[in-house]
Amino acid sequence: MRRRVRSSRRAYRMLALAALGLGLLVSGCGPQYVVLHPKGPVGQSELHLMAFAAIAMAVVILVVFVLFGIAVVRFRDYPGNRNPYTPHWHSHKWLEPLWFIIPAVILTVIAVPTVNVTYALAKLPPSKDPVVINVTSLNWKWLFEYPNQKIATVNYLYIPVGKPVLFHLTADSPMNTFWVPSLGGMEYTMPGRILPLWLEASKPGVYWGHSGQFSGIGFEKMFFYVHAVSGPKFTAWANRVRATARPMTLTAYHQLLRFNTIGAESYSSFPASTWPSVSHGFTLRGGMYLLKSNNPGATAQH
Amino acid sequence: MSTPAVSERHQSIPVEFADEEESIKITGFWMFLMTDMIIFASLFAVYAVYRSRTALGPTPQQLFHLGPTVLETLLLLTSSFTVGIAVWAMRHNRLRMVFGWLIATLVLGAGFVITEISDFVSYMSQGATWHVSGFLSGFYVLVGTHGAHVTFGIMWAITLLLQLRRRGLTAVTRRKLFTFSLYWHFLDIVWVFIFTFVYLSGKIA
Amino acid sequence: MPAFLLYLVHTLFPPDTRQPTELGADFMILVTGIGIVYILTRYKKWRWLWREWLTTVDHKRIAILYLIAAIAMLFRGGVDALMLRTNLALPNVQPIGALEYNEVFTTHGTIMIFFMAMPFIFALFNAVIPLQIGSRDVAFPRLNAMSYWLFAFGAMLFNISFVVGGSPNAGWTGYPPLTELAFNPGPGESYYFLSLLIAGIGTTITGINFLVTIIRMRAPGMTLMRMPMFAWSTLVTSALIIFAFPPLTVALALSLLDRTFGSSFFTLGHGGMPMMYVNLFWLFGHPEVYIVILPAFGIFSEVVPTFSKKRLFGYTTMVISLVSIMFLAYGTWVHHFFTMGAGPTVNAFFGLSTMLIAIPTGVKIFNWIFTMWGGRIRITVAMLYQMAFIPTFVVGGATGIMLSVVPADYQLHNSYWVVAHFHNVLIGGTVFGLLSGLYYWWPKMFGFILNERQGKVGFWLFVIGFWVTFLPQYLLGLEGMTRRMYTYPFGFGWHELNVISTLGAFTMGAGFIALVYNILWSLRYGERDLTGDPWNGRTLEWALPSPAPEYNFARIPVVHGVDEFWAMKEQGMTLANQLRPQDVKALELPKNTGMPFMLGLSFFVGGFGMVFEWWPIAIFGGLGVVACLIYAAFDYDDKEPLPADVIRHTEGTFGRLQA
Repeated sequence: MRRRVRSSRRAYRMLALAALGLGLLVSGCGPQYVVLHPKGPVGQSELHLMAFAAIAMAVVILVVFVLFGIAVVRFRDYPGNRNPYTPHWHSHKWLEPLWFIIPAVILTVIAVPTVNVTYALAKLPPSKDPVVINVTSLNWKWLFEYPNQKIATVNYLYIPVGKPVLFHLTADSPMNTFWVPSLGGMEYTMPGRILPLWLEASKPGVYWGHSGQFSGIGFEKMFFYVHAVSGPKFTAWANRVRATARPMTLTAYHQLLRFNTIGAESYSSFPASTWPSVSHGFTLRGGMYLLKSNNPGATAQH
Repeated sequence: MSTPAVSERHQSIPVEFADEEESIKITGFWMFLMTDMIIFASLFAVYAVYRSRTALGPTPQQLFHLGPTVLETLLLLTSSFTVGIAVWAMRHNRLRMVFGWLIATLVLGAGFVITEISDFVSYMSQGATWHVSGFLSGFYVLVGTHGAHVTFGIMWAITLLLQLRRRGLTAVTRRKLFTFSLYWHFLDIVWVFIFTFVYLSGKIA
Repeated sequence: MPAFLLYLVHTLFPPDTRQPTELGADFMILVTGIGIVYILTRYKKWRWLWREWLTTVDHKRIAILYLIAAIAMLFRGGVDALMLRTNLALPNVQPIGALEYNEVFTTHGTIMIFFMAMPFIFALFNAVIPLQIGSRDVAFPRLNAMSYWLFAFGAMLFNISFVVGGSPNAGWTGYPPLTELAFNPGPGESYYFLSLLIAGIGTTITGINFLVTIIRMRAPGMTLMRMPMFAWSTLVTSALIIFAFPPLTVALALSLLDRTFGSSFFTLGHGGMPMMYVNLFWLFGHPEVYIVILPAFGIFSEVVPTFSKKRLFGYTTMVISLVSIMFLAYGTWVHHFFTMGAGPTVNAFFGLSTMLIAIPTGVKIFNWIFTMWGGRIRITVAMLYQMAFIPTFVVGGATGIMLSVVPADYQLHNSYWVVAHFHNVLIGGTVFGLLSGLYYWWPKMFGFILNERQGKVGFWLFVIGFWVTFLPQYLLGLEGMTRRMYTYPFGFGWHELNVISTLGAFTMGAGFIALVYNILWSLRYGERDLTGDPWNGRTLEWALPSPAPEYNFARIPVVHGVDEFWAMKEQGMTLANQLRPQDVKALELPKNTGMPFMLGLSFFVGGFGMVFEWWPIAIFGGLGVVACLIYAAFDYDDKEPLPADVIRHTEGTFGRLQA
């Protein structure tokens, strides 16, 4: 019996050590923890909320672990255990309701900011003129069309720093999700629907993005790169692409539809019919992630 | 479950529930009906979503003609009545009457299925196959699932007739007849929803 | 003729299934198959197999059949997992290519949920529930056998896909349009839809069966509020099953119609709408989460009181929380796709409903802790799994709450955080629970006790392996690694944690081997359970000999309260030497039948024909199904008399008859 007790204690100590080690690993958190080092306001507020929820949950975990630990240590069955043995104690008139109240209180604490931020993120920041980018996921590549700049790119994109970017997401392929973890959360690209998502970079840099939804054999190659540059540099880049790149014809688009993986491409223009429209049987009611009054592109585009 | 007043006066519970084991089977059959109900609920939900997704095909208003569906409604509602009489006869131990009304139910059911098939054939001959649009897919699957249930019910009724012929009215055959009637009434209710929700509202909207 | 053979070989064994792993699997199947046939023939066991097992309708034997299938599937799913982890250990190192990786992660998920967790749960339902509620069998013994064979043949259809034609490769959720013919022309996805449809019918029937069993067949005096908590969790699980599986059936059937018969539900054009599938799937999928976790809760509610030597704390609140989980489980499905643009209002609603469901779950955790409080805890393997469960599940629940925080979910969705979270609750909850239940009820099922020392070795390997595997995966999620990538490039900093995770996975594998070794060892050398009550149990199943005789109770007990058997023992009354010979009455037992097996086989043949669109075979299978149903309708010979003398003799050998 004694030996058994010691072995289980040792094991718990080992678990505690392992948890501590992993904790240190996170607190060291190098730059590869992209979600923990957001480079834009959307990712920032998502991280804040995540951290808040994590702390609240840590409280719960702590309470349960302490209670559980005490129960296990005090009430083990060994000869000479002097702690009270109450085999018929099976209910308590205020402890049991308390089990409902404690989690309810903690969850309310999390729920309030959750709802607030959920609504807040569904609104573009006011008075800032957003850059609109139409995103189409293809097998297995990303097509980015800039309707205002009249250019298109594949597998990379430029965005201006400090300006919200409104992405309209759709797919001419199975579903994917559009995710740039350094900037903020993901959203699905789905055939037949257009979902809006806004992100913003507050620091210049190159941020990688990837699809989060498995879409077939070339899925893991669906990386793309977001170059966040200053406003003038962005305009200069757009002008350069328009001046130097080749135009995208419908034939070129059909080549993109082939099931393969390719590198980055730039196009000085794109045919209007590549972006899904009502005539393609798309429902533009589609996504409502953004509040309707706040989604200028969705109506302006079509 | 409508228990006729007559049998209530004579005994406290209907005869098909008298045997403990058989009555447990009736409980089980109710549970089955619940799962079937969820299947139809899901199909109705699917249809509700797909109703407007007509793509290049016809809309409900262009497609449906109400004549055959009114006929189908009449046939099925009447058959629900006839199976009710069969159960009444079973409770009063009138085997010949059970036969007669069960066969009537079966014939009405067959009439329903034939009308529905000819209706479907006429839609399809206009090119309205389920490949054409999400709406047509949803329509054929919802209404077709119901039709398949009725067809299965007819086959069930035939085996039931054969069992009644061989064994007469026993605890087992009584329970089987009763569960069949539950099934049949259930299909009738589903049809009422199909008729109003699919055909009538499709024609009006 | 040669052309036909060539076609056959090309269809059944297309070039991409001629990889080393598939050929290895082919070889293993061949060797195992020949081995089984040889042993059965050598020892003239075919008759025995058919009479005693394939045609059985006894819930205790069906339980064993389920258990064998579940452990075999745990092995298959586990090997899949190890293949996945090996592939991910190092960046750009791929023992298996994308093609096979996609098949393997799909089969891993599908098998673990549908063909491991579900039958494992049904094994324990079957083994325990009739005994616990004081009944002679389930409500519908023949349907019970039918459920089993539909499940078994569904599982077989799914498993042969790996070597015949190619496995499904679109994930266990099978989202269209990836599963549509245009993007997935092979037979794999048809295998997926058909096998799940077939197994799903079986599961629905099981749900109906146990719901009716518990509602209608409890021993006299056992009111609902006197039922053991495992019976309560079975009741609630069954109710969840009968409401959750129909939407799945619809989702799968519509996908199959799209693939095989050209309808336009989830297609790219023609007004198809892939998101409808997602809704239907998760309308099933979220209740399914509770279908697999609630039985584990029930098991813990039996294990904790027994090994704490104390009555379950908060019986009423336990029931309240079970029932409220049942209702809330249907109101949370959208949290699987917050990022599909449903809008802030819908997302906020489902975020809150998800948080709400954590409350009753938390209640249960506190109640278990307070059951231990003031008790006398014996640390057996069953109890150890429970003790590992509480901290593990609390962490899994906490990370789940973080996912219900909608904006956080935008960053965590489909990342390794989600992978870590659901393994944390499914392994830390369901698998720990099932293993706890396995060690706890094993003596009742088989009549001998699994070795405790070996059990503890397996326990530590499994639990430590679990944490080493999945803690790093949380961090990988924060590093932005998305799920279902078959490999990843260097330079993202992902490789260190992936190596650790893979090492953990192999430790868990060692834990599984320890379990199997323990079973085989104990079969031969394990301590026999002669009393029928090896753990000093509290509920009625322990009042019976181990294993229970085929009629369970010679005389149905009358129940006076919660923990009836404990109360009997406190009054000094065990069932030994209690039964007066004149009280023994002749019984009727359900008679064995080959129909359920043939029905399952017909479904298998029909399904196989449909996968390859070989219509004559499909129609042949379909006719087989109809024939089985007609046979069942006319088969009135479903009872077998059991004379009182036989019962007296059996009870006598157990020493339960008054001298």
